[in-house]
Amino acid sequence: METEILARIQFAFTIAFHYIYPPMSIGLGLILVIMEGLYLKTGNKVYEQMTRFWIRIFALIFGIGVATGIIMEFEFGTNWATYSKYVGDIFGSALAAEGIFAFALESGFLGILLFGWKRVSPRVHFFSTLMVFLGSAFSAVWIVVANSWQQTPAGFHIVGEGLDARAEVTDFWTMVFNPSSMERLTHVWIGAILAGAFLVLSVNAYYIKKKKFLEIAIPAFKISLVVATLFSIAQFFAGSISAEGVAVNQPAKLATLEGHYDSSSVADMYMFGWVNQQEQKVYGVKIPGGLSFLVHKDFKTPVTGLNAFKTDERPVQVNAVFQVYHIMIAIGMAMIALTIFASYRWWRGKLFETKWLMTIFVWSVLLPQIANQAGWFAAEMGRQPWVVYGLLRTSNALSKTVSANQIVFSLVLFTLVYTTLLILFLYLLNKKIVHGPVDYDEKDAIEEGSRGENPLLNH
Amino acid sequence: METLLGLDYNVWWFLVFGAVISGYAILDGFDLGAGALHLLLKKETSRRIALNAIGPVWDGNEVWLVIGGGVLFAGFPVAYAAIFSAFYVPFMIFLVGLIWRAVAIEFRSKEPGTTWRLTWDVVYSFSCIVIALSLGLMLGNVALGIPLNAEHEFAGDWLSFFNPFSIMIAITTLALFMMHGAIFLAMKTENRLYIKLNILAKNFAIFFVISLGVSSLYTLLYIPHLSDRIRSNPAYFIIPLIMFLAIANIPRLLQRGKFRYAFLCSAITIAALLATVSLEVFPNLLYATNDTRNSITIHNGASSLKTMKTLLIIAAIGTPLVATYTTFVFWTFKGKVKLDEMSY
Ligand code: HDD
Ligand code: HEM
Ligand code: HEM
Repeated sequence: METEILARIQFAFTIAFHYIYPPMSIGLGLILVIMEGLYLKTGNKVYEQMTRFWIRIFALIFGIGVATGIIMEFEFGTNWATYSKYVGDIFGSALAAEGIFAFALESGFLGILLFGWKRVSPRVHFFSTLMVFLGSAFSAVWIVVANSWQQTPAGFHIVGEGLDARAEVTDFWTMVFNPSSMERLTHVWIGAILAGAFLVLSVNAYYIKKKKFLEIAIPAFKISLVVATLFSIAQFFAGSISAEGVAVNQPAKLATLEGHYDSSSVADMYMFGWVNQQEQKVYGVKIPGGLSFLVHKDFKTPVTGLNAFKTDERPVQVNAVFQVYHIMIAIGMAMIALTIFASYRWWRGKLFETKWLMTIFVWSVLLPQIANQAGWFAAEMGRQPWVVYGLLRTSNALSKTVSANQIVFSLVLFTLVYTTLLILFLYLLNKKIVHGPVDYDEKDAIEEGSRGENPLLNH
Repeated sequence: METLLGLDYNVWWFLVFGAVISGYAILDGFDLGAGALHLLLKKETSRRIALNAIGPVWDGNEVWLVIGGGVLFAGFPVAYAAIFSAFYVPFMIFLVGLIWRAVAIEFRSKEPGTTWRLTWDVVYSFSCIVIALSLGLMLGNVALGIPLNAEHEFAGDWLSFFNPFSIMIAITTLALFMMHGAIFLAMKTENRLYIKLNILAKNFAIFFVISLGVSSLYTLLYIPHLSDRIRSNPAYFIIPLIMFLAIANIPRLLQRGKFRYAFLCSAITIAALLATVSLEVFPNLLYATNDTRNSITIHNGASSLKTMKTLLIIAAIGTPLVATYTTFVFWTFKGKVKLDEMSY
């Protein structure tokens, strides 16, 4: 038991830390493609400067993403040996494919992205940027497919019994396109793009507030605002599709997400609330029958509740899952409101006059980060006590030979290393932001540059 | 048993795994070696040149480790589970080494201060040394075998990993990487730095030959299960022979300034060394020292035939792609290092 809790804490901690960085890389990758594409098309120095600035920040984020990702790759073997044997057939293929198709692509072209500005033609450089973006987007594919297989296993059969039991692939494509993989991948991708877009928004809002580097900050803000608005709205639909999927595939998880216990009653959907696990009741603001509507397209039909499941086959932390899930949704709504409002102000030509709006944008970088983390916590805790849904329990998935002491050792080690990393990351990021997007020697060129030619600058 | 070109899929997959690990050792080997000797370069420009020599490629090289992990997980999940849970402590140290190396390369140039740079130089160099040593230590123990129970799980004490043989292999690995790294750097530098690296390369080559000699002798004398196959069939001697020819050539090639060939020779040395080890352990992936029936072999540790077939297709599609863009990147940055404002 003790090792189980420790191993779970360690996994949650290391993956949550890893998951700060890759989404930003994916999202920033897309924005870089747009920026550099505009530079290639218009030849405007402003776009060149912003591309080069964000490439430098990309390098920093990417470095930590890689460093923390390597840990994840091997943690299945170190802490979850039984699990690794059980799912090796399925999970291993996904990880191998990820390495070959995604990481190699990304890391290979990264060299050119970072150091090749002078060595290759602008077209080849743009191509490298595109490849790095595609590589990072592919990185999400296989790992999310593997995770989705754990949530909704398909395309396999079980061979052996007891300790030797393991899942074997019978149909590769059914395994890949398991019932939840595509909708979850979409949701994860959009979440990642939002993480990148809001990072760019935040930094440029800061410049605009301080009235610094306006020539570059304003067009960069506009580019990322467009991306952020479109994808915030898209995320709502992607999330709703995910929720419908959960209703079909993982009814116990769905009931946990909304704190719904009683199968014979109509199920409500909460805006926010608090689950009293003793009384099995939720106190909060709700849409009566909302969950019934989501599941059955009818406000009156009852929905399977938690009590329909054996106590050892449903999650224990109902309130925690409820909370993280609702935090994600609240943030999703807030992001839609914020971006639509800002776009409206832009349309009226008043976007940059509203100082408080810029202040909100400076802090907005936290929104997608929190929503991304909360989403994963909801998805993963809502899946307990199973590690492979309905097949393998988390408590049976451990490495039997690893002692609690060894896990504590590594947990302490990682906590120290990751804290230092985070501090250094923030320190360097801050320095880069303060230094700004302009190379000193090129400042004049921009100042006298092509103001009139750039439509984004005429606000 | 289904076969492909006369070999069964398990053997194919063993070969793929071996190839990926050799690829990793050859490619990241020079990064790690360059890092390990970093502090021996005294001047700031020399250090920057050395860093920028590996700058555009080290991350791509590290991906081979990631692919290797995936390949082992997919093809031989039992071995993946046993190896990483058994080597828990050294492996965590190895991973932390990898983190610090990545971070040090990325962070060093971000500030001009001498203390800042010196700190990262030290972190960088030490993490490379730690990575090389822990990698060698684990390789030594895998070659030697560890006690395993009937469920193929580790049944010993991790302190036993620090045995003389494995420590020797650890030192040999470090020496090999340093030689390899010095030759790589010599290839990328000019003038005084080039001469200095040439001398270093030769010294590390001697260091490597001595430690390899000692470990080989120890193996022949004390570890029968690691030398039986080669002793039983003289034809197999060809592999160590190739290795010794390759090493013997290095000093001469360096003398004549043919550093590309010297680099090729040290790459061959690495591949041949791993091939020798694989030949000796085959068909075991992890030898059980307490009871050979508990050993994990390429048969009892494998995943399903279906998965191995699928993976071979994935590898067949992926490898040419990876090879193409790796070549493209190396070609883009060929020649001597020139520092510019985007450099580290
Ligand atoms: C493909 C695999 C995979 C992926 C992509 C993720 N996870 Fe996960 N997660 C697992 C595979 C997994 C697991 C190995 O299956 C764990 C370990 C123990 C368990 O029950 O599931 C797990 C547990 C786990 C837990 C602990 C749950 C609990 O103990 O109640 C948390 C909080 C997270 N994960 C969070 C995340 C986050 C923030 C991710 C964002 C990237 C993430 N996971 C991606
Ligand atoms: C447990 C699950 C995971 C494992 C085992 C894992 C493994 C890894 C590894 C080994 C690397 C380094 C690759 C290199 O050397 O270049 C890495 C980086 C990366 N991972 Fe993960 N990862 C996991 C979860 C995720 C998730 C959920 C995503 C995205 C949705 C993701 C996206 C990325 C990206 C984009 C990178 C490149 C580095 C960066 O852009 O910051 N990973 N991961
Ligand atoms: C706007 C309304 C949203 C709804 C209705 C929604 C719905 C959901 C649901 C039902 C899940 C669980 C899926 C599962 O367990 O299989 C989930 C997971 C997740 N959500 Fe959301 N979400 C919303 C907004 C957001 C936002 C704005 C973000 C981030 C920017 C986000 C990021 C995530 C992530 C990363 C996961 C875990 C991955 C996954 O399971 O797909 N979500 N979401």
